[in-house]
Amino acid sequence: MRGEPRDGRIVIVGASLTGLRAAERLRAEGFTGSLTLVGEEPQPPYDRPPLSKQVLLGKVPAGHTGLPQRRELDARWKLGVRATGLDPVEKRVLLADGAEVPFDRLLIATGTRARPWPHPAEAALDGVFTLRTSDDARRLAERLDAGPRRVLVIGAGFTGSEIASACRERGLAVTVAERGPAPLVGALGGTLGALAAKLQRAHGVDLRCGVTVTALEGSGRLTGAQFSDGTRIDADIAVVALGAVRNTEWLAESGLAAGPRGVTCDAGCRAFDMYGIVTDDIFAAGDVARFPHPLFEYQLLSLEHWGNAVAQAEVAAHNMVSPGPRRLPHLTVPAFWSSQFGLNIKSVGVPTFSDQVVIAQGSLKDARLVAVYGYRGRVTAAVSVNQARSLEYYQRLIETAAPFPPAPGAADQIESPDPVPSDVPDPKLLSHGPTVALTGHLPDRRLTVVQPAR
Amino acid sequence: MNVVVDLNRCQGYAQCAFLAPEVFAMHGEESLLYHPVVPDGHLEQVRRAVVACPVQAIVMGEEAGAGAR
Repeated sequence: MRGEPRDGRIVIVGASLTGLRAAERLRAEGFTGSLTLVGEEPQPPYDRPPLSKQVLLGKVPAGHTGLPQRRELDARWKLGVRATGLDPVEKRVLLADGAEVPFDRLLIATGTRARPWPHPAEAALDGVFTLRTSDDARRLAERLDAGPRRVLVIGAGFTGSEIASACRERGLAVTVAERGPAPLVGALGGTLGALAAKLQRAHGVDLRCGVTVTALEGSGRLTGAQFSDGTRIDADIAVVALGAVRNTEWLAESGLAAGPRGVTCDAGCRAFDMYGIVTDDIFAAGDVARFPHPLFEYQLLSLEHWGNAVAQAEVAAHNMVSPGPRRLPHLTVPAFWSSQFGLNIKSVGVPTFSDQVVIAQGSLKDARLVAVYGYRGRVTAAVSVNQARSLEYYQRLIETAAPFPPAPGAADQIESPDPVPSDVPDPKLLSHGPTVALTGHLPDRRLTVVQPAR
Repeated sequence: MNVVVDLNRCQGYAQCAFLAPEVFAMHGEESLLYHPVVPDGHLEQVRRAVVACPVQAIVMGEEAGAGAR
């Protein structure tokens, strides 16, 4: 590290939640040097989770999800311009407008983008959408306002399921197509996947699992879709919810360990170069980062979660202005939430890092429960459905590697005390990419598959 | 002024929905939906909601990067 840790030039590439929270923390830690945030989107940092909820429901306009800042940043913002390269020797970020931004320390927080529909001509049809940005949400919400006859959602991960939920709440006809055996199965396994399927159907979704969309039809404008089982539907909107692609292409020539799985970094958010040597002036955080987690056998994790973006940004920023012995590890237990079909689903730990699951409280019948996941005899995750206040207890069990199945508590109503296989499918069987990607090795299964970026 | 709620932290106590119903509303039993941009005239209500939240999940502040637009 050149110069004083609290002085010099820090550049943050990526001006969304991670970039913002890191910038705040840098100033909070006493960084007095120059601070520059580079963002591809023209908008200042905004919150994405509302896009598939409040915004699609028509309750909040797409441009109204700006994030609050917790302190003055005294930062230079370069918005609406993409970073195209990184020169680690001369220590400069290259921008699409030809400008170069020199740095002493760099934070990579370029996140992900929506995985596009693989057929470009079909993707270009009017009525075919993805949902990642504020602009995406604005355009889609406008089209939902116009009252389409049927919306096709391709991919039943969290984003796809939330989109389907918002459409049903608006009274729109919805078909959901998922290559896997059930919605959410890639993130939550078979037991809760089956519950999600039942709920979607109870809410009037035309849910089709085990099928793929083989063609989007139309000339100029989308008119329908064909499925791998030989059936077809009429649809005037298709939302492609196939997961995310990590924004690492701009780092291809940088010599960093960056690729489709993200930018590999250590527990202190320092990026590795392609030889596995840790850099001391380049950090990564948020959706684009891939980091080792001790609770999950030091497998490299990539998390597309709001909470991870915040927590990892704080650790990265602290470490960017702290000398070695004062640096902190990023040890936060992964957590996320989803709101769909009237249910509040919350998760702690990594449900896909499991071989068994047990309903520890509540019941599937009432759709109010806590499912606890175990791997080789220890608790690794818990998911609540409309029972969020119980989750903190299970987080402690995860943090302490408590034995699985967990002992019943006094208030527990156990549906069945016997754990069942968690039935986490091979990700290549799903339509959508995983939002939690375990990219290491488990002896008994593959947990991730890399698809080439398009 | 804008707000954001850490919904990992939120446990659905709904204090905010009582104190600032124009900004925060429960959606179903446990899910919270909110308007990230605080409408004029509701600032004091939202301030009270921020303080009252039992799990301190609400952050309020000036819109980030507003000067950069």
